[in-house]
Amino acid sequence: MGVGIKVEHLNAWFGKTQALHDINMDVPANHATAVIGPSGCGKSTYVRCLNRMHETIPDARAEGRVAIGTLDVYDGTPAVQIRRRIGMVFQKPNPFPTMSIYGNVAAGLKLNGFRDRRRLDEIVERSLRLSALWEEVKDTLHKQSGASLSGGQQQRLCIARALAVQPEVLLMDEPCSALDPISTGKIEELIFQLKENFTIVIVTHNMQQASRVAEFTGFFLLGKLIEFDKTEKIFTTPSDKRTEDYITGRFG
Amino acid sequence: MRTRFQQGLDELRNRLLRMGGLAEQAVDRACQAYIDRDLARCQMVLEGESQINLIEREIDELAFDLLAMQQPMAVDLRFILAVTKINSDLERVGDQSVNIAERVMDMAELPKADLPVDIARMAAAASAMVRRSLESFIEGKAELAQAVLEMDNVVDRMKDEAFVRLVKTMNDRPEETRQALDALLIARNLERVADHATNIAEDVIFWVRGADVRHNVGNGLPAQQEASDT
Repeated sequence: MGVGIKVEHLNAWFGKTQALHDINMDVPANHATAVIGPSGCGKSTYVRCLNRMHETIPDARAEGRVAIGTLDVYDGTPAVQIRRRIGMVFQKPNPFPTMSIYGNVAAGLKLNGFRDRRRLDEIVERSLRLSALWEEVKDTLHKQSGASLSGGQQQRLCIARALAVQPEVLLMDEPCSALDPISTGKIEELIFQLKENFTIVIVTHNMQQASRVAEFTGFFLLGKLIEFDKTEKIFTTPSDKRTEDYITGRFG
Repeated sequence: MRTRFQQGLDELRNRLLRMGGLAEQAVDRACQAYIDRDLARCQMVLEGESQINLIEREIDELAFDLLAMQQPMAVDLRFILAVTKINSDLERVGDQSVNIAERVMDMAELPKADLPVDIARMAAAASAMVRRSLESFIEGKAELAQAVLEMDNVVDRMKDEAFVRLVKTMNDRPEETRQALDALLIARNLERVADHATNIAEDVIFWVRGADVRHNVGNGLPAQQEASDT
């Protein structure tokens, strides 16, 4: 099951440039939450702070409190342990090109020392079923390289890879921006189903996508969280004029 | 700024204002025709209906295109939804005007009767409601629309009084029953015109504030801003 995320007074910097300013934005468990805003508003930085990916960038740092369920992300717990509980899918599908489909999905588990072949088979199948890819690849699991799949299939493969380590939270940073409408539709349908078992945070530039898949939406501007509310409220009657101006295309 | 979208919204607004002008004119002509027993004006109302119907279809088509092609959000989405509903109400205001004109034409063939109702006063009230609801749309001001809602009860009371008096006329002077029935139907038409004006005002409040105040059930949302810039 997914867990909720609590974010209090989160600040983040790239060198001396402050990218996030005192963000307080909780993400409810087992729901999809969208993060929207113009380029450079800090939405990706916010998401990357949730699993400490932010600190992988030289000179980048973050302060504040982020709790994934009862796990305090910034209390000294090794980042690897945190990322095991928080899967991430990126804008561009990035399967391991030399690995088979099976190898891609099993990679995270194998890295963690998982060697039970039968159990591994079960998890690979389950993950590929969860990511709605199983039927398309079940006959070529070992023969076909992950990189030989279509863009949409590759992205679902990356989702399967993230799900295989059984995270509680799935972060998606523009997961459909490189996909055609059919593949996008499949990913969106997947998000709808996955939130039964996972908490999902999705960064998107596509506001129709946010309104289709997310129950909650946060609007960021210039590193600040301007408004967070139920998605239907944000897209029909936002409380802040800046939110309205952005989603109606008057700037951004 | 999405120029093409903004042009579409402006076009929608202009066409609705044209529609509003025609509907308002139809009510005024029909009411004046009643007062003056003016058959030429009745004919103008009947002939004007096709123009109202034509613009109604054009507005719906444009709104449909904007919804499909531009995926409007927030205040723009509320604006387009409000326009489609106001459009429908204005078309019905046109229908009510035609009904009034037809009744006037019927009355003109009958002996003149001294009926105990002030249709002219009721017409002025209903017509003012249409005019003010359209002003609230032009200005994008919810408080103007709110004032229209408060006028509806006045017209309802006028209609109720007219019913009581005209039914009494039918009982007391059966030879004037047709004239009384025509007047009663006109009172009913004017009350419906006022109802449509009320609907228009409610739609303006929805557009501007995002609050659904229909059936006296407001959700109490505060005004975020007046929407005159849309």
